[in-house]
Amino acid sequence: MNKIISSIAICMLSITILSSCQQDKKLPFYGERHAETKRDTAGIEKIDTVYQTIPNWSFLNQDSVVTTNKSTDGKVYVADFFFTSCTTICPTMHRNLMTVYNEFKTNPDVMFVSHTIDFKYDRPYVLKKYAQKLGVDGPKWQFLYGSKDSVYTLAEKNYLVAVGEDSTAKDGYIHQGYLVLIDKDRRIRGAYDGTKEDQVEQLKKDIPVLLAEYKK
Amino acid sequence: MRKYIIHSIFLFSVIAIIVSCQNQETIDLQNYMSNGKDIYKAKCQNCHGENGEGLGQLAPPLTDSVFLIANKNRLACIIKNGVNETLVIHGKEYREKMPAFPELADIDVAQVMVYVTNSFGNKQGFVPYNQVSTQLQNCK
Repeated sequence: MNKIISSIAICMLSITILSSCQQDKKLPFYGERHAETKRDTAGIEKIDTVYQTIPNWSFLNQDSVVTTNKSTDGKVYVADFFFTSCTTICPTMHRNLMTVYNEFKTNPDVMFVSHTIDFKYDRPYVLKKYAQKLGVDGPKWQFLYGSKDSVYTLAEKNYLVAVGEDSTAKDGYIHQGYLVLIDKDRRIRGAYDGTKEDQVEQLKKDIPVLLAEYKK
Repeated sequence: MRKYIIHSIFLFSVIAIIVSCQNQETIDLQNYMSNGKDIYKAKCQNCHGENGEGLGQLAPPLTDSVFLIANKNRLACIIKNGVNETLVIHGKEYREKMPAFPELADIDVAQVMVYVTNSFGNKQGFVPYNQVSTQLQNCK
């Protein structure tokens, strides 16, 4: 009898220890940060860390409709930079991103934003054709067209993705294949190499973690 | 007993020699397949996928054996020079342009062609390098 009681006790103890080990996982913050002193409502001074955020933007989407940051505000979204005539990394990136898209298709809190860096050729109707052929329909995945200046600045300064024109490259442009994860407060919370399957798998795991941060 | 052992060793070595004597074509095929796979990964996989599944309507799958057999003599030219016409594959139209790969030597084209036509459910067998070379000289 004693044996049974003690074994039950051990079991209970180990379960308690194991369950207390679980920590709320949080994703890191990327980019510049600075400390800001603020007064809360009670008038007490508090120091807060302010992280880099994505500024307001406005571009034409694949339906030639002016699309702004309002469409992604309050949502977790994945952003990337590509162009439709790219034959090197973009097909792999979007093949992998398609699997993420399919997994979160029904989640209203998740969106996808692809910016073209080919300002000469990738007009909205070209993007529309591309999206349809890729198998994307609807507003959940936006393909955005903008001037060279606006898109390139946004990429390099805000999403921290290197892009550029390069006449020596096979398709005329070079860019990094990062899929950048942005939280509901426009902060950068992850960057995943879209050409590597294991990193894209990690993105699929991290999106629910990020969504859970807002559920409290 | 000793005689028995010697006999069995002799018999065993004869069998071993016969087994190792594969014909030259099988060795060439294996050689092309393994080199072709590396070229496929570097040049083709981006669009056509790891298993030749293609990418939506942007890039056709490489699993249509009927198309591959019907266009047997064009495949080398397609690989090297790309395509700028509508292709019907598995009954679907594909209109996107395929880029050219001028950096591929004739032997590379032969190897990757043999790889594609003997993978993803295709089984067209071996095509030697000199035959591919002739095809490439007569591209339209």
